[in-house]
Amino acid sequence: MTQETAQLLRLYIVFLPLIFVAGFYCVITTRNLIRTLLGLEILTKAVTLMLALAGYLTGRTAMSQALIITLIVIEVVVIAVAAGVVLNIFRHNNSLDARNIRSLKG
Amino acid sequence: MNGLTLDIFLLAMMTAAAVWTVMRGSLLRAVIALALTSIALTAVMFRLKAPIAAVFELSVCAGLITVVFMSTIALTKPLTHKETLDYTKTRMKRFWLLPVIMALLGSALLYFTIPMDFNLAAPLETAKNFRNILWEERQFDLIGQILVILAGIFGVVVLFKERSKDEPQD
Repeated sequence: MTQETAQLLRLYIVFLPLIFVAGFYCVITTRNLIRTLLGLEILTKAVTLMLALAGYLTGRTAMSQALIITLIVIEVVVIAVAAGVVLNIFRHNNSLDARNIRSLKG
Repeated sequence: MNGLTLDIFLLAMMTAAAVWTVMRGSLLRAVIALALTSIALTAVMFRLKAPIAAVFELSVCAGLITVVFMSTIALTKPLTHKETLDYTKTRMKRFWLLPVIMALLGSALLYFTIPMDFNLAAPLETAKNFRNILWEERQFDLIGQILVILAGIFGVVVLFKERSKDEPQD
């Protein structure tokens, strides 16, 4: 590993967990359903960055880009469906608070 | 500005935008911060020699997903002034810990050195470009993507289906 690559890897080792922690903290702490989706998005961004870095370091950028595009497609579909679920929950409960949906039946 | 400084600047910007997304009280501003995170990620991906994925990220994540979030926020009821004040107070109690955790984790990651003496895999695909990989090696991924998109369309149609008056409410 060259000196330049080692420096780059070290830089990402510092920043990537920070982004991941921000997203994870958002998901576990918030009570707002839309904000939970925002946390999920941040987590996905950290994973995307990890894939791009892995592709760059191993020299397999084409493969990493193919995987990133698959990830982005899945991310969009998940967010679109989850936003629809959130809207339906809002119509039923008139609230976006996650505590209101703990007593779901059926 | 050399390459490493630019990388540090972009990653710091991305992290700051991610923290802003989490900490921001207004949902609309949080979504704008998320779009900024996507833009910073796009720039980082260009630096990591992934331009096609970067363009995809910019158009889909910074564009489409922001629109989806804004539409969702627009279709829900905003809080009243009193509710907003109460919410802000309780929010700060729950979220003040995040900057502390991040500062501690960042310091720990800077302090502890990780051995970098491992070998990375040799470049295997120098002759192959993105098109070859996507359409020849990863064909199964494309089938998966199409199925996921169809499942998403089906899900959205079911969720927003108009119910007839005779149909019992859940």
